Amino acid sequence: MAKKKFVVASFDEEANLFPAVKDVRTAGYKIHDVYTPFPVHGLDKAMGLRETSLHTAGFIYGIIGTATALGGMSWVFVSDWPQIYDGKPHFALPAFIPITFELTVLFASVGMVYTFCWLCQLAPFVKKHLFHPRQTDDIFAMVIECTPTTNVEELVDSLKSKGTVGVEVQEAEADWWWGRWDKSQQIINDNVIEVL
Amino acid sequence: MSLFKYESELREPLVKGSKTYHQITEDIVAPIEVKPGKLWYIGFYIAVCMLLFGVFSVYEEVVYGIGQWNLNKTQGWGWDITNFVWWVGIGHAGTLISAILLLFRQGWRTGVNRAAEAMTIFAVMCAGQFPVFHMGRVWDAFFIFPYPNSRGSLWPNFDSPLLWDVFAISTYFTVSVLFWYTGLLPDLATVRDRAKTKLRKLLYGIASFGWTGSTKHWQRHEALSLVLAGLATPLVLSVHTIVSFDFATSVIPGWHTTIFPPYFVAGAVFSGFAMVNSLLLVVRKMMNLQDYITIGHIEAMNKVIVLTGSIVGVAYLSELFVAWYSGNKYEAYAFFYTRANIYSTLGWSYVGMIGCNVLSPQIFWFRKMRRNLAVTFFMSVVVNIGMWFERFVIIATSIYRDYLPSAWSVYYSPSIWELGFYIGTFGLFFTCFFLFSKYFPVIAIAEIKSIAKTSGDNHKLNVAHVEAEEPEAFAHEYAH
Repeated sequence: MAKKKFVVASFDEEANLFPAVKDVRTAGYKIHDVYTPFPVHGLDKAMGLRETSLHTAGFIYGIIGTATALGGMSWVFVSDWPQIYDGKPHFALPAFIPITFELTVLFASVGMVYTFCWLCQLAPFVKKHLFHPRQTDDIFAMVIECTPTTNVEELVDSLKSKGTVGVEVQEAEADWWWGRWDKSQQIINDNVIEVL
Repeated sequence: MSLFKYESELREPLVKGSKTYHQITEDIVAPIEVKPGKLWYIGFYIAVCMLLFGVFSVYEEVVYGIGQWNLNKTQGWGWDITNFVWWVGIGHAGTLISAILLLFRQGWRTGVNRAAEAMTIFAVMCAGQFPVFHMGRVWDAFFIFPYPNSRGSLWPNFDSPLLWDVFAISTYFTVSVLFWYTGLLPDLATVRDRAKTKLRKLLYGIASFGWTGSTKHWQRHEALSLVLAGLATPLVLSVHTIVSFDFATSVIPGWHTTIFPPYFVAGAVFSGFAMVNSLLLVVRKMMNLQDYITIGHIEAMNKVIVLTGSIVGVAYLSELFVAWYSGNKYEAYAFFYTRANIYSTLGWSYVGMIGCNVLSPQIFWFRKMRRNLAVTFFMSVVVNIGMWFERFVIIATSIYRDYLPSAWSVYYSPSIWELGFYIGTFGLFFTCFFLFSKYFPVIAIAEIKSIAKTSGDNHKLNVAHVEAEEPEAFAHEYAH
C-alpha cells in the first residue's frame, strides 16, 4: 500500500470541469481520477478512458445461462428421467423456452453485477480515500497524481485560474482497503499538506 | 448539454424551485436524518398491526392445513392465487418505470423510479408467499427447485407453466433487487458522507460498498444500468406472460385464451401504476418532496393509467366477442352466464371489474382530473380494487362452474384466515415501504442531479429568456 501525493482541484460547475480536464491532459499531467456526485456525460471521453467491456461480459454470461438451461432441461428430460408430460416429447423445445429465457436473463444480470463490483472494487467493508468530503454531494473533484517530475507549485497555480473552488495537495492511499467507514482512516495520513 | 435535445421548453420543469445540487441532497436526505413525523408513525403502526394479523393467519393455515381457507374441491384456487396474480401485477410498474422509461430516455422517471423499484420488490415478496403457502405443506416448498436430489431421479416438470412461474418470479425478484440496489449505491454513499453519528457511518458505509463517485465507476454504472434495463424490459413482459400461462395453457373455459399474455401485461402495468400513484402521493406529502414529485409526474402516470385501462377494456370486449364467435358453448357459458351476468352467483365481481377498470379511468381524459391529487388518489385505489376483481373473475368464476355440473360448488367465500393472509401481505408491504422511506433515499439523488440543470425551473426560465431576446442564439444553441 503506497501512499502518493495528489493535487485535488474542486469545482462546483461541470461547465468549468470539462475545459480544466482537457487542459490538464494537454499539459501532460496524469489525472488519477475525477470524482463527481452524478454521472457527467462525456467526461469519460474527455479523460480519455476507454469504453467499458461490461456489455460483452453480460453477453457471455447470458450465453452461459442459455446453455445451462437448455442443457440441463434436455439432460433431465431426455436422459436422466425421461417422462412424457401432456403428450409432449422428451425434448420439448417450445416448453423449454420460458425457463431458458429466464435463466439467460438471470445469469447475465447476476454476472454483470458481480463483474461490475469486481472491476470497481465495490463490496461491503471496502474503504477508499475521499479526496473531497462533498464529492458525493455537490463538488466535482479532479485528482491529479504527482510524479517526481511534477512541478506542484506550477500545477496548483495553473489550476486556480480554471474556475476551481479550491485546490489542495494531499498525500493519500490511492487504492482500496478493507475497513470501516466509522473508523479513522488508519493507513492514510489524512493531513492536508498544503491548503492554497 | 446532451439532454437538451430531449427536452421541450414547453414542458413544465421536472424539478421545481431552482435547486442547487447541494439543496437536492439536503431535501432528499433530510427525511433520513431527522425523526419521522406523526404521519409516518401512524402509518407504520397500522402496517405492523396488519402484518401481525397476517402472521397469525398464516400460522393457522400452516398448523391446521389448507382447509383453514374455504377452498374446496371445485374452488381450488380462491383468494390466494387471486392475490398472488394481483401482487405480481403491482410489482410490474416499478421495473417498467425504471427500465422501459430509461431506455426511452424519459426524464420524468428520475423522480419516481426509486420508490417504484422498491414497491416492485416488496410487492413480489408479498406475491411469492401465496403460491408457497397454497402448497399446504410449506416445509416441502424446496421440492419445486430442480437440484440433484436424494430422492432418486425425481425432477420438477419443466413443461409446466407452474414451474415456469417459479423461475420467472425468482428471476424477476433477483433482477429487480440488483437493479434497485446498484442504483442505490451512489445515493447511500451520499448519505454515508453526510452521516454525523458513528452508527450511521458504519451502516451506510457497509451498505454503500465503498462508492466514491469515480468517473470510471460512473461509466460502468451507466453501462450496467442500461443493460440491466434492456434485460429487465423483456423480463417484465415475460413474467406476467408466464403468469398468464398458468391459466392460458389449461383447458378450463374462461382460461384457455390466447389473448391472456398481452392482456395480463397491460393489466399489470395498469394496477402497478395505480399503486405507484397512491404511494407517491403519500410519500411526497410525508417526506415533503413536492418539488421532485410534481403534479407533472402524477399526470404522466395518470396518462399511462388511462391508456392501459383502455387496453384491458378492449381485452374484455375481445373475450366476450370470441366467446360468442367461437361457437364453443362452454366458453359462452363461462362468459355469458357466470361472468357477464349480474344475476349469477359471482356476477358482482364482473360488474366491479368493468366499472373500476374500464369506465372509471376514462375520467383521466380530462386534464383537470389528471392533475387533481384527490381524484388521483381515489382513482388509484379504485383501479387497484378493480384489478383485484379482474383476477378474481378470471380465477373464481372459471372454476366454480366447470364442465361437470356434479362438480359445481354452490358458493365460495373466503375464511377469516384467507382474508387475514391478504391483509397480512398489505402489512408486510407497507411495513417494508415505511422502513424504506425512512432509511433510504426515496428519490434517486444522483439521477435528479443529472437532470436538474436541463429540466429544472432555472433552465426553463433561461431558455424562455434566451428565446424571447435572442431568437437566433436560441435556435443555434438549444434547438439542435
